[in-house]
Amino acid sequence: MRLKKLLPKGAALVRFGLLVGIGFIILYPLLRQLSAAVMHPDDMYDLTVNWIPRHLTKLNFEVAWKMLDYPRALLNTIGVTVLLSALELAATMIIGYGFARWRYPGSNLVFALVILSIVIPPQMVMVPLFLNFRYFDFLGLIPQPGINLVGSFWPLVLMALTGTAKRSGLFIFITRNYFRGMSISLEEAAYVDGAGHLKTFFRIMLPNAKPIAMIVFLFSFVWNWNDLFYTNLFLPGRKLLQLGLAAINAQYNYPWANKAMEGTYIQLVNNAGMLLYVLPVLILYAFLQRYFIESIEKTGLVG
Amino acid sequence: MRRRLRLSLSAQKSLLGLLFTMPFIIGFLAFLAYPFGQSVIFSISKLTIVPTGYVLDYVGLDNYRHVLFVDPRFRQVFVETVVTMAARIPVVLIFSFFAANLLNQRFRGRTLARVIFFLPVILGAEISLKMQQADYMQQAVSFSESGLLSMGTLQQLLTTLKLPQAFIGFIFQAINEVPLIIRSSGIQILIFLAALQSIPKSLYEAAHMEGATGWEAFWKITFPLVSPLLLVNVVYTIVDSFTAADNALLELIQNSAWSGAGFGVSTAMSWIYFAAVLAILAVTIILLGRRVHYET
Repeated sequence: MRLKKLLPKGAALVRFGLLVGIGFIILYPLLRQLSAAVMHPDDMYDLTVNWIPRHLTKLNFEVAWKMLDYPRALLNTIGVTVLLSALELAATMIIGYGFARWRYPGSNLVFALVILSIVIPPQMVMVPLFLNFRYFDFLGLIPQPGINLVGSFWPLVLMALTGTAKRSGLFIFITRNYFRGMSISLEEAAYVDGAGHLKTFFRIMLPNAKPIAMIVFLFSFVWNWNDLFYTNLFLPGRKLLQLGLAAINAQYNYPWANKAMEGTYIQLVNNAGMLLYVLPVLILYAFLQRYFIESIEKTGLVG
Repeated sequence: MRRRLRLSLSAQKSLLGLLFTMPFIIGFLAFLAYPFGQSVIFSISKLTIVPTGYVLDYVGLDNYRHVLFVDPRFRQVFVETVVTMAARIPVVLIFSFFAANLLNQRFRGRTLARVIFFLPVILGAEISLKMQQADYMQQAVSFSESGLLSMGTLQQLLTTLKLPQAFIGFIFQAINEVPLIIRSSGIQILIFLAALQSIPKSLYEAAHMEGATGWEAFWKITFPLVSPLLLVNVVYTIVDSFTAADNALLELIQNSAWSGAGFGVSTAMSWIYFAAVLAILAVTIILLGRRVHYET
């Protein structure tokens, strides 16, 4: 009799323990970072200090702020990320709709290529891609040695526009599934009322695809924000947060802080800088987490 | 009257389809297929940068020979990477399935739990990795041991129990991998969760009426209905882990390109790696594809 009552309670307790444990492992780096970011350099060698610093300080944030040139770098990073995700969104919506609505000889093969593009690691084509953009000749149209596009936004913009940027293939797959699931009677009604194919797409289908557009944009934003590979490759030396952070890591002696800097101090600054970097994305996630978490259900992946 | 080009309806549809998907076709040819083909040529050439661009000298299989027999690090890193990644895949899948079942239950704070479980996807692998590296440094500096049971104590305990060295090594490896596995399961958990939620409740009710236990219901209802997404998750996990930021081999490929060995050797490395990844993908899809239950 008692056992029957106790069993669900025990199960709930086990579940609670598991969730807290896993949650702690996930949050651990963030918490560690927070602890290091507010830690005074003196506490680094204090053996009794583990999680909570004895002396709290804003020093690390101030140094990181200056080293990153934070306001400017932040604006730049937001600008680039919004631009790229907007282009990627536009491209993948159009392409996905094309695959969902019309077939032409070979369209299945082309769609198979979309899937293939998800599987190819970008490192595979890194060297040729870099050289092609370094000596860009537009398939032979511009005379040798071509123009140097490395360092400009063009490589990333062109890849976003053509649905070949990082994980664009995944977005094409998702938008295609979504448009396939949309009722065809909506389009037929538009055709009967005399709208052309383009008008139907832009005036009827796109406004009805807002949920999926939101998901594609948000994921694209977050993935572009976190991208280090393409920014390193095509935008070296730009004032972007990702690149600034890498520079902090490389730097050891820094004259601005009022303490004689050892190499190890830079780790505290690094942690503060990292927090400054993830903060905008965390804020975005805090407000829009619903879209991320309910995304899979809307993608049409599940029956 | 307006003059219009007369096309049959099906030709018109084909044309529209081609028009809408044209950006991808162009992009695929220019930014994937063409560089892909070039990388084949690069891998059998010596590439030198000259003021007007670059020149290629045909060297046959020299680059591959260099990678496989001369390069001091490639073979070791290759085997290590492929083995760790391959070993991580089933664990990630089992964990994410388990976590999805956990999150699918009703309890207070469920939304918060989901928000936290999905956080690693938002923070991104590359950044999480950097965080960890920063953290190790911080730990090394403060000489502190954290956790309820420190690694040192555990090792002592295991050694006094006279357990074989290999077993102890395995345990430690597993412990080190736990955070990595949890952090690379975000998307998979969501996919499994969506699959679990799409199973109609009436199936379980019917099974209960017929006297099925929870265990039977799991293997006879839950598992078969989730299996199509198991395949999706397997493929996603393979691709994700083989292009992950903590992948030592990709780092080696990248470093060889920009310093030292040169572009030719780097592309040869990436080809060997890609062949291995494709082989693993093909084997898993063939093995799993047959067992998946599709509801038609």
